[in-house]
Amino acid sequence: MNTVASAATVELQHLDNLWIQVSGTRCNIECHHCFNSSGPRETSFGLMTLDEVDRAIAATSAGGVREIYFTGGEPFLHPQLVEMVACALTVAPTTVLTNGMLISDRVADTLATLAAEARYSLEVRISLDGYTEEMNDAIRGRGVFRQALAGAVRLARRNLLPLITIVRTWDDADELATLAAFARVLSDAGCDRPRLKVLPPLPLGRELTRVVGLQRDECVTPVMLDGFDRDLLMCTNSRLVTDRGVWVCPLLVDKPDARLGTTLDDAASSYELRHQTCVTCWRYGAICGNVSPHIERSDIMPALGAR
Amino acid sequence: MTRFALLGGVYSNWRALETTLSDIARRQVEATFCLGDLGAFGPYPDRVFPLLQEAGVLCVQGNYDNSLAGGLADCQCGYTDPRDNYFARLSYDYTFRNTSPAHKAWLGTLPMSRRLDVNGTRLLLCHGSPRKINEFLWESTSPDGFLRHLLGRADVDVLCVTHTGIKWHRDLGGGRHVINVGALGRPENDGTPRVWYALLTIDGTVTVEFIPIDYDHEALAADMLAERLPNEFIETIRSGWWTTCLEVLPQKERARGRF
Repeated sequence: MNTVASAATVELQHLDNLWIQVSGTRCNIECHHCFNSSGPRETSFGLMTLDEVDRAIAATSAGGVREIYFTGGEPFLHPQLVEMVACALTVAPTTVLTNGMLISDRVADTLATLAAEARYSLEVRISLDGYTEEMNDAIRGRGVFRQALAGAVRLARRNLLPLITIVRTWDDADELATLAAFARVLSDAGCDRPRLKVLPPLPLGRELTRVVGLQRDECVTPVMLDGFDRDLLMCTNSRLVTDRGVWVCPLLVDKPDARLGTTLDDAASSYELRHQTCVTCWRYGAICGNVSPHIERSDIMPALGAR
Repeated sequence: MTRFALLGGVYSNWRALETTLSDIARRQVEATFCLGDLGAFGPYPDRVFPLLQEAGVLCVQGNYDNSLAGGLADCQCGYTDPRDNYFARLSYDYTFRNTSPAHKAWLGTLPMSRRLDVNGTRLLLCHGSPRKINEFLWESTSPDGFLRHLLGRADVDVLCVTHTGIKWHRDLGGGRHVINVGALGRPENDGTPRVWYALLTIDGTVTVEFIPIDYDHEALAADMLAERLPNEFIETIRSGWWTTCLEVLPQKERARGRF
């Protein structure tokens, strides 16, 4: 077993991805597997102000940010989210990670207009964890399936095709049948041309208390990074801004050592991969971005940079 | 004045390539460059090599070329959707089986990028992005600031790429440009069977013109049928709509298509 003392250190190569924990850990639901334990009573992180968000976007714009992500908690609980998304879309392609429940016809109209008028893509990622009410709501709470699906359909009808994000809670042998069932249920509901993104379960937050024996003492060691494409690790290309400072990645918000500073400049420092979540990220690669895991798994690729 | 023809994503479409090379021959260019992915998708992979070599086309390596040359297990497009993977596998296995060892070896000799200097205008030609052979530079997910960063890091004024299969051009000011030259191998998900290449003219300023190519796509469809390539691929050649490999499309590009 690896020990924390032997954890590898990685540098921020370029801030490709700005993550904004816009609604803190405030959420209208309380999923059993939530990696940052968000919920209606969870106050470990609060709402960010419009000014804080504008400043983060402006700072990363100058540096050539590639993508901006809004997360939480539930971003649509923030009363100024649409304004913030509009601002982000002037700078870079923008994604909102949501449970989809608060996407009313009015919100869907606004998002579709924003998406159509922007130069860059607006992605709305809606979480579903089962293709039936029973399966999904057992994890995400009663009534969530119907509301989330309705939100997805409202967007799809406006040609803003949502990305449906699913945490893998099935066996490998059931993969094809499960994904086909998701696609069928979405299509039948009117969410035409379903786009699915599958995530691995993360050994974090409420998931740790849900699955007994998930917590292990492991970290990413220098040997594990030997010949490994470090671009697959979020910490080489991303930072998360919150109302309480800047974190190395969206997943490690409950780890005090993952807070790298007050400003994005402070947070350009290197990071030691001492957590079990770092191993999950190493194993699957690029977990959090819209680009699917393995998409740039090009360990054998020679670097093409300036010579 | 210097003019180059730039093409990419040939995907074994030897008929579109033949038509394109005839078109280029009429236009007086200094050189023709191909930005990689010679094989995939289409029929008779060996047929594109003599066409490119006889026309003196200067190639760089794409991810598909890199996979074929290195005997890798897949095309490195990185699909995770089972349906996309199924078709990517069919395409890769067919192309691998039908590309001669000599052509595979030749693919392995191609450079990963080419640098040019035209009277002080510095160009970099590569397949995906300057930092990665299989990084997708889509129009809707490549912000200006990020592209300036790539140009700065590569220390060039003009960057030319392909890999996505859909063309675009961004004038970033100050003589800086990024051009995705599109693909010859399959239409660009716009409901027409035509394909595209780019003409780049450097004359103090940089001018980009995209050239549509109408070729005998029905003959290609017949070739594909004879080779028992999937109907889904043939449908794309005929209709112009992408039917597979859709998961990598960002929202804007996906929403414009039919599937």
